Amino acid sequence: MTGWLIKGASILGRERADVLVESGRITGMGADLAAGDATVVDADGQILLPGLVDLHTHLREPGREDAETVASGSRAAALGGFTAVCAMANTDPVADTAGVVEQVWSLGRDAGLVDVQPIGAVTVGLAGSQLAELGAMAASAAKVRIFSDDGHCVSDPRLMRRALEYVKAFDGVIAQHAEEPSLTAGAQMHEGAVSARLGLAGWPAVAEEAIIARDALLAGHVGSRLHVCHVSTAGSVEILRWAKSKGWRVTAEVCPHHLLLTDELAGSYDPVYKVNPPLRTADDVAALRQGLAEGIIDVVATDHAPHTLEDKECEWSAARPGMLGLQTALPIVIHTMVEPGALDWDGVAERMSRTPARIAGLTEHGRDPAVGGPANLTLVDPAARWTVVPSELAGPSRNTPYSGMTLPGVVTATFLHGRPTVLGGKLTESAS
Amino acid sequence: MNRHLLSAADLDRDTATLILDTARGMAAAMTGREVRKLPTLRGRTVVNLFYEDSTRTRVSFEAAAKRLSADVVTFSAKGSSVSKGESLKDTALTLQAMGADAVVVRHSASGAPHRLTEWLDGSVVNAGDGTHEHPTQALLDAYTIRERMGRLEGLRVAIVGDVLHSRVARSNVHLLTTFGADVTLVAPPTLLPVGVTDWPVDVSYDLDGVLPKVDVVMMLRVQRERMNDSFFPSAREYSRRYGLDTARMARLPGEAIVMHPGPMIRGMEIAAEVADSARSVIVDQVANGVLVRMAVLYLLLSGEKGSMA
Ligand SMILES: [Zn+2]
Repeated sequence: MTGWLIKGASILGRERADVLVESGRITGMGADLAAGDATVVDADGQILLPGLVDLHTHLREPGREDAETVASGSRAAALGGFTAVCAMANTDPVADTAGVVEQVWSLGRDAGLVDVQPIGAVTVGLAGSQLAELGAMAASAAKVRIFSDDGHCVSDPRLMRRALEYVKAFDGVIAQHAEEPSLTAGAQMHEGAVSARLGLAGWPAVAEEAIIARDALLAGHVGSRLHVCHVSTAGSVEILRWAKSKGWRVTAEVCPHHLLLTDELAGSYDPVYKVNPPLRTADDVAALRQGLAEGIIDVVATDHAPHTLEDKECEWSAARPGMLGLQTALPIVIHTMVEPGALDWDGVAERMSRTPARIAGLTEHGRDPAVGGPANLTLVDPAARWTVVPSELAGPSRNTPYSGMTLPGVVTATFLHGRPTVLGGKLTESAS
Repeated sequence: MNRHLLSAADLDRDTATLILDTARGMAAAMTGREVRKLPTLRGRTVVNLFYEDSTRTRVSFEAAAKRLSADVVTFSAKGSSVSKGESLKDTALTLQAMGADAVVVRHSASGAPHRLTEWLDGSVVNAGDGTHEHPTQALLDAYTIRERMGRLEGLRVAIVGDVLHSRVARSNVHLLTTFGADVTLVAPPTLLPVGVTDWPVDVSYDLDGVLPKVDVVMMLRVQRERMNDSFFPSAREYSRRYGLDTARMARLPGEAIVMHPGPMIRGMEIAAEVADSARSVIVDQVANGVLVRMAVLYLLLSGEKGSMA
């Protein structure tokens, strides 16, 4: 194999150029490059982006390989245009030791479709009482920089303060699942008019907002980095706006489903719409889009959360929370942000590649196409539309809330370290 | 209305009126009969699927189905596969294979009857789901009020107690307002849902202030254990502020009636003397429950398949 010539793509939606990829790097960019021995990828009318980076992916391995494996999640990621994903720590066993994060990291290397960057747990067993060996995970082969008890909130304020301080030693960041647990005991959906009607226990917005306010104050106090996972309320956007105005090192992510779907969907009692934090109101959706457009919210992250049929084909209250997200993330962002004009392609690159790569410390990712730079690239046809069919998605799970929806944007090719993992919208031979 | 009875919100005024009128017709048809049975649903199978222990509601539905000559099968929480961890879907598929024409379901999870409709061809009747709804309770309450007061429109009804956790309250709010009654919810603010401001009702925290201005007062069951979650400080304080005792009952206008869906906690939300007083229609409620459930099963299962009205 001698290389690839991506021909005629619009670079981040701006000028058109040919991009020559050889030996993992970009070796040429310009008009009418000669293909030579390289295989030509016709990219006319398509957008070339730096490979997408997901800060929040549940790969379920080890422990729930019936829902997803590192390999199957890697396939979904590549098809979704991702070149790096950060694997959440709430596996079984929990990724709270160097051994487990190295296992996940090496499973990712074996799959070879996307760089799998493990996230380490903040506390032992996600139990919220004792710090896990954060330094050991940072020093391991997995080079962990993001720590999170996601699925659980680090609710003890003293422990949260210590964690924020401790990871400064290795430029770590605490990614907080902001949910004050005593305000959400038994909670099933957003607390408001719809929960009152449906008789489902409410998850009040304040349970998220109170933790974000507290943690922003703590991060400011000790000068540490805080990342807020899956921001879901208008009030959270206001608190983040205030925290950023102070100059504190606070970043935040929003999930695609919170940019599109609302709590009204719970009216079907179909748990495919059950997620944590829950779907909120149309006002929240509007505020999140605005916050993402302004950069108050820095990142789109999927919170890709595969679940088996048994965990979803049941009563709402018995179902596990979470939605598939890797293969639909970019289309939802195009639909909710790009097509309405709230974000241009450079903005997409910023929110879905450059900034998440910077937060995760992934230096080979999140870099705009440039000669000499790494060839981690995503090629998307923005005009093409496709209909989401759960059984056609990559992994064993089917819990997409977008079933039957027609979405804009098809990822036609993904390049990981110069090698195509996806071509023509399909996994390449070597990848599948 | 559609094939199922899942929520009182699905009943428009004509359909709800038809159910009450049919229930009254059932009462008439039964009187004077030696065998208290009508042949209407002979050969049809009604399954009672009870994930929660509720003898009162289960027996009422069983009696209703039997008086219509239906074949009745009961799965209750104790001693059947539903207690052994079989999934709701698998149970539904079993009932489907049995050829159940109607499944009457009681479940601790809000929305469980909605889920069942996805897996069953027969009609699903919600016999109480979690903290969501209990539509046949609201129908029997409406029937009872109409029998006693002669009408529903314009009546002033207070619903008092744990509205937040009450499926009875939700169904009654839908149905009574559909019938044109003026509903006031009375509860400590902790026991009202945050979204209650969107409901077509008045809200009060002051039972004494409301009582002189109502025709019907409907007391809801309040679990003592709620005090452990700080919904109120103590059973004693709850009872003092929101319980219906004889002194409070004296504030009611002349003809006003007292209702309770049962089971009652005497001494908590209602005093024994009140429950047994001449104003109380609690015993009527139980008797009317069978008639209303007969009407619902009859309208769902007889005549044109797939429609109640
Ligand atoms: Zn989370």
